[in-house]
Amino acid sequence: MSVLLAFAAAMLFGTGTWLLLQRRLSRIIVGVGLIGHGSNILLLTSGSGLGLPPILGSADPTDFADPLPQALALTSIVITFGVTAFLFALGYRSWKLTNDDIVEDDVEDRYIARRAVDAEVAEGEAAERERAIEEDRV
Amino acid sequence: MSALTSIGFLGADVTAPGSGSFDALIPLPVILPLIAAALSVVFARLRNVQRVISVVALLGLVANNIFLLTRVDQATGDAIGGIAVSQAGGWVAPLGISLVVDRLAAIMLLVSSLMLVSVLVYAIGQHAEERRFASFHPVYLVLAAGVSASFITGDLFNLFVAFEMMLVSSYVLLTLGGRAGQVRSGMSYVVISLIASTFFITALALLYSATGTVNMAELAERMPELSSGVRVGFSLLLIAVFGIKAGIFPLFFWLPDSYPTAPNAVTAIFAGLLTKVGVYAIIRTQLLIFPIDAQQGTLLLVVAGCTMLVGVLGALSHDDLQRILSFHIISHIGYMIMGLALFTLAGIAGAIFYVVHHIVVKTALFLVAGLVERKAGSDRLSRVGGLVRSAPMIAVLFALPALSIAGIPPFSGFVAKFALVSAGIEAQQWGIVVVSLIVSLLTMYVMGRIWSNVFWGQPEDGEIAERLESGATKLPILMTVSTVVVVGLSVALLVFAGPLYDLAERAAADLLNPQGYIDAVLGSHSEAGG
Repeated sequence: MSVLLAFAAAMLFGTGTWLLLQRRLSRIIVGVGLIGHGSNILLLTSGSGLGLPPILGSADPTDFADPLPQALALTSIVITFGVTAFLFALGYRSWKLTNDDIVEDDVEDRYIARRAVDAEVAEGEAAERERAIEEDRV
Repeated sequence: MSALTSIGFLGADVTAPGSGSFDALIPLPVILPLIAAALSVVFARLRNVQRVISVVALLGLVANNIFLLTRVDQATGDAIGGIAVSQAGGWVAPLGISLVVDRLAAIMLLVSSLMLVSVLVYAIGQHAEERRFASFHPVYLVLAAGVSASFITGDLFNLFVAFEMMLVSSYVLLTLGGRAGQVRSGMSYVVISLIASTFFITALALLYSATGTVNMAELAERMPELSSGVRVGFSLLLIAVFGIKAGIFPLFFWLPDSYPTAPNAVTAIFAGLLTKVGVYAIIRTQLLIFPIDAQQGTLLLVVAGCTMLVGVLGALSHDDLQRILSFHIISHIGYMIMGLALFTLAGIAGAIFYVVHHIVVKTALFLVAGLVERKAGSDRLSRVGGLVRSAPMIAVLFALPALSIAGIPPFSGFVAKFALVSAGIEAQQWGIVVVSLIVSLLTMYVMGRIWSNVFWGQPEDGEIAERLESGATKLPILMTVSTVVVVGLSVALLVFAGPLYDLAERAAADLLNPQGYIDAVLGSHSEAGG
């Protein structure tokens, strides 16, 4: 059972990570959701394993399943759910503004990258001009 | 949210023996803002009522935190050793949620509540997002509750919940207004924070399966039973989790991208508090939970050095005032990590002093940046100029914290840096000392660059020149007053540097003796339960 769960968690982490590396927000959100599920499964397996429902008086307390990881997982599911909903709202807003949900680079980063490209182009042009002058001489 | 509701229910039933009514005040830093947030939702349509509720609640918080700090600091003679514990809902320590206030937590609570109330007044004076959105006040108050909760919690899972309270409200505040730039940077901020939270959950799951507890005091007791490799693994995992929030190298990249797009007042409170909550969590977990052999001294020193350098170089290369200051936060996180990484009394005391100094001074600088933008209509260094003539008041307000952060002798920044550097020399870590001194010089250059571009010279932009000449834009009185208060606090840090440093040293001594913390949390359990 716990091998199966460990395998499931690994699968979820793997696919989630792959989706996270995409540019579209919709895929990133699905990826974040999958990784969240993976960590919740991990949280569930961190208890003592199989056992009876932990209701006082129903059985011997030593046979109970550990209720704490379940409570923790529930809390984290609720939080992840809320934040995912917020991300969807952000994605919708982005789609309304730009008709797209591609996550763009930082403004300054794009500015610096463009400056670098411009410098390269200018250098290339200068080299070409020199070559042309050389050819003229020949 | 089960942990949250149980915090909400505890008020009346607090069972820590011996200290009487004092313990009922411990959960107040969380409960008070939450109740105020609920009330301000009810009065969503009456902005003035909302304002009164928030300001009164946060002023109450300041009063409560002053009281907590004096009580915790006085209690040195007691067996508890200046650590106040409250068990949520009367459930005993490893089962229930412990709320712990030691000197470090009390200092952080007081400084953060002072900043929260000043920035709120500034935001009210700004007549911007605060006036347009009914959700500003409730969300801001939940942020206050989340920040306070992360300082006082004695339980790692509850720390996760506190982080989430703080982060979710920061998502909303960051994207308030929904402009294209905010949505873009909001996306990367939310996704990064969400991944950090998932790492945190993963770390918690692994810690729980290894030790069977998430109570920090009990974790500290059980950690020596694990093999040393596992201990080091957990230590690194927690550094990575909190490092993303603190913005240390190489996990800082999201910070200078997202902070400047938020509304001014919001950026000021993010810059002052949020990263410092991450630093606090690193200091707390490293010193409390892990025994000496799992503490990452060398790694943290390297990280601290890189963080300082990258931050200050980034600040040098930008043109936008808010971006320069945002990059600059990262550089200073490096100093705090340096103090911790020395793992000596002087180093940790220096780090605590540095955190306090940085929260106040950085908030002040961001508030002044907001004033510059309001007055000149832009905060790009290449466009603004000559403010020293057209707005001498702003120039003075900028000069005081800027000199302080650059570490010019009489100011608190000098005291903080001097403490750290002398601690580094004492520990014979020459490399980090040299880096910190170089970065200190570069910081002075960054501040000088802002000064000569914004305050000296002529405005390069004709429109801005006209705007400044005519003197048409009057600064709202509340904005000016709250900036003056925060700048005044940064000057007060200089006046009270001696007593404050002594306090930081006492807090560091508490931190270096984790047994006191463990006994205070688990010991009161056996008395209350037994």
